[in-house]
Formats: sequence, structure tokens, C-alpha cells
Amino acid sequence: MLTADQITTIFPYSRKIFNIEDKNFLSFAGKSLLTNLKTKPMSSLTLGWIDYAIMIIYFLFVLGIGWALKRYMKSATAFLEAGRSLPAWVTGLAFISTNLGALEVMGMTGSGAKYGMLTTHFYWVGAIPAMVFLALFMMPFYYGSKARSVPEYLKLRYDEKTRGLNAILFAVMTVLASGISMYALALLLENILGWNFHLSLILSAAIVLGYTYLGGLSSAIYNEVLQFFIIVIGLLPLVFLSLKDFGGWDGLKDTLAPIVENKGYAADAWTTTWKYTGKASLNPMGIEWYGIFVGLGFVLSFGYWCTNFLIVQRAMAAKSRLAARSTPLIGAIPKMFIPFLIIVPGIAALALMNTPDRNFALPMNDAGQPIYDYTIIMLLKQYLPTGVLGLGITALLASFMSGMAGNVSAFNTVWTYDIYQSYIRPASGNKDDDEHHYLRVGRIATIFGILASIAAAYIASKFGNIMDFLQTIFSMINAPLFAVIFLGMFWKRTTGHAAFSGLLGGFLIALLHHGLTIPVGADTVFKGGWIGVVHQYPVEMAQNFWTAIFACASAATITVVLSLMTKQKKATKELVGLVYQLTPRETDKDVAWHKRPLTLAMFVLLILVILSIIFW
Amino acid sequence: MGVDIKLPIGLMFSIFGVLLTLFGLFTKSDKVLYEPSFGVNVNLWVGIFMLVFGLAMLLMAVAGKKREKKA
Repeated sequence: MLTADQITTIFPYSRKIFNIEDKNFLSFAGKSLLTNLKTKPMSSLTLGWIDYAIMIIYFLFVLGIGWALKRYMKSATAFLEAGRSLPAWVTGLAFISTNLGALEVMGMTGSGAKYGMLTTHFYWVGAIPAMVFLALFMMPFYYGSKARSVPEYLKLRYDEKTRGLNAILFAVMTVLASGISMYALALLLENILGWNFHLSLILSAAIVLGYTYLGGLSSAIYNEVLQFFIIVIGLLPLVFLSLKDFGGWDGLKDTLAPIVENKGYAADAWTTTWKYTGKASLNPMGIEWYGIFVGLGFVLSFGYWCTNFLIVQRAMAAKSRLAARSTPLIGAIPKMFIPFLIIVPGIAALALMNTPDRNFALPMNDAGQPIYDYTIIMLLKQYLPTGVLGLGITALLASFMSGMAGNVSAFNTVWTYDIYQSYIRPASGNKDDDEHHYLRVGRIATIFGILASIAAAYIASKFGNIMDFLQTIFSMINAPLFAVIFLGMFWKRTTGHAAFSGLLGGFLIALLHHGLTIPVGADTVFKGGWIGVVHQYPVEMAQNFWTAIFACASAATITVVLSLMTKQKKATKELVGLVYQLTPRETDKDVAWHKRPLTLAMFVLLILVILSIIFW
Repeated sequence: MGVDIKLPIGLMFSIFGVLLTLFGLFTKSDKVLYEPSFGVNVNLWVGIFMLVFGLAMLLMAVAGKKREKKA
């Protein structure tokens, strides 16, 4: 049993994983982020003409890529699946870029200040093993099955109703997520640059609509690659200057020693990852190593990386089975180094805050606590002169856009194939006619998705509580989904009725758990206990964590028990390519050894081990 | 899809590179501007870095095109 302390820490991540705003820190930060961003920092940033020039050039390129791809968008396959034609390095970088939302960048830098290098667990043990598992064991079925989406895999493996349930929940969830992301962006631009909230919202929506409408998924993916490079290059000066400020990594360590000792921790508690995880009270996260291993490394990360269509869709757009399997592995390499880009400056921020003559302070909330989400903004302001400052701000804007575009491109695919084609207008059989028809539907869905996101953004700005509640509800669908997909892929006995009941049952159990428990200090019924209170959790995060565990465990139990009780309606022949035991293993004999996914996976795991040892 | 993403990436970073390098050169003696960066002319350095990165991407894109034509 995890203690409250440990849970608090696993927590941020569980929130991230079970939350609808899956790729953004919003989820990680939980509900506090939207409230936090409402507090204005004391001073805003002033941009020069060159900063605006960089921003405008970037927007022109983003739209230009969409425009250049427009002429290839002649079929639904091209628009919604990128024609399954992209090279692995492109899908691999997009895979990681979709996950690198601005709210995540902001939140993780904040966590760097708050928890130090322990934050890297979210990038290392909390991501890499799951990505390797997805690549080696799950991608062959997702890609090989010819499914066009995760819900469609459920249809092929199980039945229509299982797909329908998942598709509808997913569609609603992505629209909410993109709306909240949009709201946060507009709020941020208003607060730090003094731009008009409504104008920022409409403008960002219009740009994302522009390039996703023109070029579909390919445009979203290509732009994610562009965004990846601008995020990396835009934040590099910050890393160098913050390290230079304290005399490099060793100098930073020395500066931090007295500061963290003052807080009651060992001198190197902020600059190590595993060293102080023997006892929860020794490290700032308050977590033990097994909590990190099991909580982050297994339950949460596998649930997130292996079933989320937003992520999986990138790999599905790859040009070949080999490219699809390599996608998560290629993405894993930059993923492991992102902490140096965003967590290290966060750690430097802690040193800055505690150096009185530097005048570096984070904005405070009403309770007088620093708002860590603003760390990166304050760092940009601290170190970057106009010019590179514009580049840094553009990097943040880029990550917001990749977030929204990712949601929109996942939404239009699920809507068109899993809802519209399944329930409203089935394929007519005339391939050309169908491709044209669904292309038009996909385009309309893109517009509709963006309009619905704008609506969601305004609801979030007016009724934060309702948005929180909806987010909590929808966060309950991912955990049962992992159980159901995992059982489907690795146990041929799993039946459609059982899977449907598992998905629904897991979801209802999660709802029930939420309705019966309440975190300490909850002030609205939206936070739980709306049926009655049988248990009180010390923190809200603990409640969410257990909600997810209950959901996943009950979905698995229901699915297993009902599978044994019901008849398998799918013939063994139909399950070839969908289930592990029935599918011939890919040997990659004709692929050069250094290009084989297995070799790449070993390489990735080796880097993970080396990094963990260096920053032990 | 017949578009090579290396082309727009290369082009954009080359433009950024030229822009920041020139800006860095013109503001070389501006002490106030580079006070936050400890006197380091970050615009110049980042500009040069982006220019090199952008040109490398463009080069790869052109090489890829040539290979395609041969094939």
C-alpha cells in the first residue's frame, strides 16, 4: 500500500495519464493550472520587432506547409491517415512532439524547481520502458491489423459496440482537451504579453484550423517535426545561460547544496534521481523507489503510451511495418534528453530564487505560495535579450499548437471512420466515391472540431468547475482501455461482450469510486462524494490515483471472468494479425541488424541505464 | 507524400539564422541589451547555429532530391 506521501508524488503523473488533457501538463498539474495561470505575474514581457518578426515567419511556415500539402489531399486516406507514407524519423519526432505540449513544458520546468532531477523519472523510467513495449509488442498489431484508429482496432479485435463506446468517449475527450489547451494559451498570452484574450484565442484557433484543414494529418505531423526543432533550439540558449550563470552543472550543484540543506534535505537531493528514494522522507518528491517503479514505470506509463490514439496515430502514419515499429523507439531517444532542456533550467531557477541580489521571484497565489508553472516564463525574462526571446516565446507557441493540432487530427479521424462511417453513412463500395465523400467529412469534422474546442475554451473560462468535473469523468476511460486492449492482444480467449462490459464496468466503477470518496478540503461536489462519503483521501491526487487503479483492475477482472463465461464469436482465422499467439513473429531477417527495432530498443534501454547511473 | 519536410525546416531556420546573426552584429556594442546574458551576444551565436543547422537541412534535402531523380 502506498502512503499518502508517495501518492502525492506519483500523483502528478497519474493525473497526466488518466486525464483527458493527456499530453499536456495541465493534467499533470491537475486542476490548479488553470487557476494558477489566472494570477498575473508582476511584470509582463516586452517584445521587440525582431521577436514579432520571428513569430510571424514561424506562422507563415506553419501555414505554408499546410498549403504545400494541400494538393496531395485527394482522398480520405491521405487526409486522415497521411497515406501511411511517412518515414520513421518524421513519425518518431512527431510522436514525441505531440507529447511535448506547452503546458507540459511549463509544468515540468516548474517541477524541476520544485523536485529537482527527480522530475526526470517522468521522462526516463516513466516513459521509455512503455515506449519500448509499444514498439516491440504492440505496434505490430496496431499497424499490421490495418486498423485506422485505436477504436477501429477494438472493432476488428472485438465488436462494433466496443468500438462505438470508445470512439464516442475519445471524440468528446479530445475536443475538451484541445479547448482547454486553447484557453490556457489565450490566458497566458493575455497575462504575459498583454494580448487580447479573445483575439489570441481566435487567432490560434484559426492558424491550427488553417494548417490541419489544408494538409490533414500529414500537415499536423510535419508541423510537429518543425515544432520539435524550434522547441529544442528555442530553449537551448536558456539552458546554456542558466548553467553559465552558476558555473556549469557542478557550480549549480554547489550553489544548491546550502539551499536544499536549509530545506532539510541532503545537499545533492535536487541533483540526483534514485539516490534518496530509499525512504520517502529523504527526497523532495516524497516517494520511494518501488513507488516510482510500479506506479510511474508500469501502471501509469503503460496505460498512457500504449493505448492513446493521439500518440499511436503518429506511428500508424508510418510508411511501413518496420517504420511503424521504429517510431516509438526513434522518439524515445530525444525523449530521454528533453529533461536537460526543461528540467535543468528549472533547477537553476531554484538557485536563482534563493540568491537575493538576483531579484528573481515567481508570482505568488492567494495563499502566498509561488506559482511554479510560471518558472519558464520568468526564466525567459531573466536571461534572454530581445531576439532569442522571440525564439523562446515562439517555441512555447509552437508547443501549444502541436498540442491542439494533435487533438484535432485525432478527433477528425475517429469521427469520420469510427462514428460517421460506422453509424451514419457506411461505405458504399465505390472506392473513389467513398474516398471523396469521407475526405469532405474529414474536412468538415476539422472545422467542427475547432469550433467545438473554442466553445469548450469559453466554457472553461466561465465554468472552471464543470470543466474540471468533465475532465475527471473522462479521465476514467483510459485505465479500463489499457486493460481491455492488453487482454485482447495477448489472450485470444478474450471476447467482445467481455471487452465491452470491461470498458463500461471499469468506467462505472471509477465513477462510483469518485462518487463515494472525497479528498480532504474538497469544497464542491465536483471533487467527489456526490453519492455519499465512505472514504476520505489526504490529497486529491491520491483519490484520482486510486480511481484509476480501481478502474483498471475492475476492467481486467470483468473482462477475464466474462471471457471465460461467454463464447468467442470471432473465428481463430479472423484474429490472425490481431492477437499475439496467432500472429507470426516478425524476424526482420532481411533488415540490416543495426536497423532492426530490437537493436534500436536495446540501444535505447542502454542509454536509459547510462543516464540513470550518471544522475544516480 | 511528395513533400520533403527537410526543405521547409532548412529554409525557416536559415531565415531565422540570417535574421538573428545580422541582429546580433548590429547590436554588438549594446551593453544594456546583453546584460541579462552576461555580455554574451546570444543573438549572434544562436543565429550562426541556426544558420548552420538550416543550411545542413537544406543540403540534405537537395541531396535527397538528387538521389530520387537518379533512382
